[in-house]
Amino acid sequence: MSTAPALSVDGLCVEFRTRSGIVRALDNVSFSVAKGETIAIVGESGSGKSVTAYALMGILDPAGRVTAGRAAFGDLDLLSATPRQLADVRGRQIAMIFQNPRTALNPIRQVGRQIADVLIRHGNVSRKAAPAAAVEMLRAVGITDPARRAKAYPFEMSGGMCQRVMIAIALAAKPSLLIADEPTTGLDVTTQAVIMDLIGDLAAKLGMATIFITHDLALAGQRAARIVVMHAGHVVETAPTAPLFAHPRHPYTAELIAATPDSAANLEDLAAIPGSLPDLRRADLPPCRYSERCPRKLPACAQPLPRAEAFSGHFVACWNPLPEQALSAPKVSAA
Amino acid sequence: MTTLLEISELSKTFTAAGGPGAWARFKRRFSGGPENLPKVHAVDDVSFVIGKGETVGLVGESGCGKSTLVRALTRLIDVSDGTITLGSRELARKTSRVFARDRDRARIQMVFQDAGESVNPRFTAFAAIADPLRRLRKLRGKALRERVETVARQCGLPLELLQRYPHQLSGGQRARVGIARAIAVEPDLLVLDEPTAALDVSVQVVILQLLQRLKREFAMSYLFVSHDLSVVRLLCDRVLVMYLGKIVESGPAADVFAHPLHPYTQALVAAVPRLHDTAHERLRLSGEPMSPIDPDPNVCRFYGRCPRGAEPCKSSMPALRRFGERHVACHFAEEFLTRP
Repeated sequence: MSTAPALSVDGLCVEFRTRSGIVRALDNVSFSVAKGETIAIVGESGSGKSVTAYALMGILDPAGRVTAGRAAFGDLDLLSATPRQLADVRGRQIAMIFQNPRTALNPIRQVGRQIADVLIRHGNVSRKAAPAAAVEMLRAVGITDPARRAKAYPFEMSGGMCQRVMIAIALAAKPSLLIADEPTTGLDVTTQAVIMDLIGDLAAKLGMATIFITHDLALAGQRAARIVVMHAGHVVETAPTAPLFAHPRHPYTAELIAATPDSAANLEDLAAIPGSLPDLRRADLPPCRYSERCPRKLPACAQPLPRAEAFSGHFVACWNPLPEQALSAPKVSAA
Repeated sequence: MTTLLEISELSKTFTAAGGPGAWARFKRRFSGGPENLPKVHAVDDVSFVIGKGETVGLVGESGCGKSTLVRALTRLIDVSDGTITLGSRELARKTSRVFARDRDRARIQMVFQDAGESVNPRFTAFAAIADPLRRLRKLRGKALRERVETVARQCGLPLELLQRYPHQLSGGQRARVGIARAIAVEPDLLVLDEPTAALDVSVQVVILQLLQRLKREFAMSYLFVSHDLSVVRLLCDRVLVMYLGKIVESGPAADVFAHPLHPYTQALVAAVPRLHDTAHERLRLSGEPMSPIDPDPNVCRFYGRCPRGAEPCKSSMPALRRFGERHVACHFAEEFLTRP
């Protein structure tokens, strides 16, 4: 794995104007992906995972606005790029897999044609050769009888197959960065495993960097080399997967792990996370957006968050993190 | 353990040539009767019991017939064949329309998947919880108000939220409304259809613990439908694994997940991502399940996707056989049983 980052996001801030005030959805989000690396962004709903992806792709809702930050993708800053530059990069070099393939695919266009569209626009394939190339793409994502399936409409296929088509579309132009926004939510676990294997295998084959967005900590741990934990629009912790699970340092990460059903032997051992996300419209948001729920809160938490990254690549945005090599997983009180 | 509900040889088929369209109309008109039309075997010869105070998990992939089975045993739809015995009463012969006004209607209640979708958007939380009490308990006025408030308190729903509409509530609060509405009439059996699927992990924990506490307090039995095996493992005493309308494996939840016997269960367990498990086995299912429309009764439903599939699977449907506390429907169950 080379160390040159495929994408480096620095200080990304996004605001949404709403009738009830300005929602500061992302605040100072920074992370990077190396070439060929798979990272996962995890967090609960409302933590800003998807907004991050949309901001990078330049497909934010019109009410949303990037107020600060840089996202260096090669020589291009994705956040200040012109629409024309972005249109050129999207699909060709950066591709995205959306959450719900049934709504993301065009319902009245045969799937083979939808793949051919991308190939013609971005893949240097002639109009004549495109249909055959689309069938090849379908074969590559493991659809049996691809020639017949290319003529099918999305509603004629199962959820797993639609997701395979989405993957075929995303990978048609052999991008160098893939953003997968909850690619397996709503699929069965058996299908999920197959789809994740497929994304992993193809990413390895094409040497793609992958940003994998999910709320499932266990799935992220299984598939990603590094994990970015988000809470209320902040990146609270970034670390390689194994150390993150073994010794989470941010209190929120620790509680998230303790709340995952897989981590406990019985229901009583599962820890709930007290409180809820802060209202991001508030003017007096504390610098640490977790501080109001945090069991380890100190007076020092009122100052701006630390931004230093440890030598090991373990980043924690916390003034009172859990000790670096805690002997056992921290016990958090159940509410 | 005394038996609360006994399901015996339950089947539900749907006629496949239903619906609108000239071709479907043509087929119905000239088929010579509904028995000649192709049928979807959604639930096929399913038998099991739920004991008093027991939590039974029902797992399987989408389209395997979980929801049809649940809707049949809660008597929301009519069954094609078989019996449903609640206590000493046989319920399958009553049509769902008649059962809706039956005195035992209150004994089986259901919590639906997403309370945001399943609670009438024009009902406040109070009205939603009061509705079954009004219809089944005939409560009115002060008695009704008191009962709703008691149940809301038991479910951890603050009383000031009772005047709100579903869209004004958070996911966790909506889940509580769904649960409160179901337990308001004091059922013996609560059927939970993926009650936490729409929730974040932190909220999911709270709801699962609430369910556990309610079950103890009111001595209810649960049938817990889920595709999240790690949740089923935590909550359930016994688990039923369904594949294409049939139960392929059942047994104590811990045993089934630690040592699955049916190849489908093995694939299902292998597919669940684990937090502290880096060495994941790559047992993967290929292909799609076979069509549930008139499947060959002499071929194992899992044949074709099964990694162990062999000659006997093509010529006879494996019966659900008993091994101690467990039941497995596979010709090669012994082989998996002796494997460490």
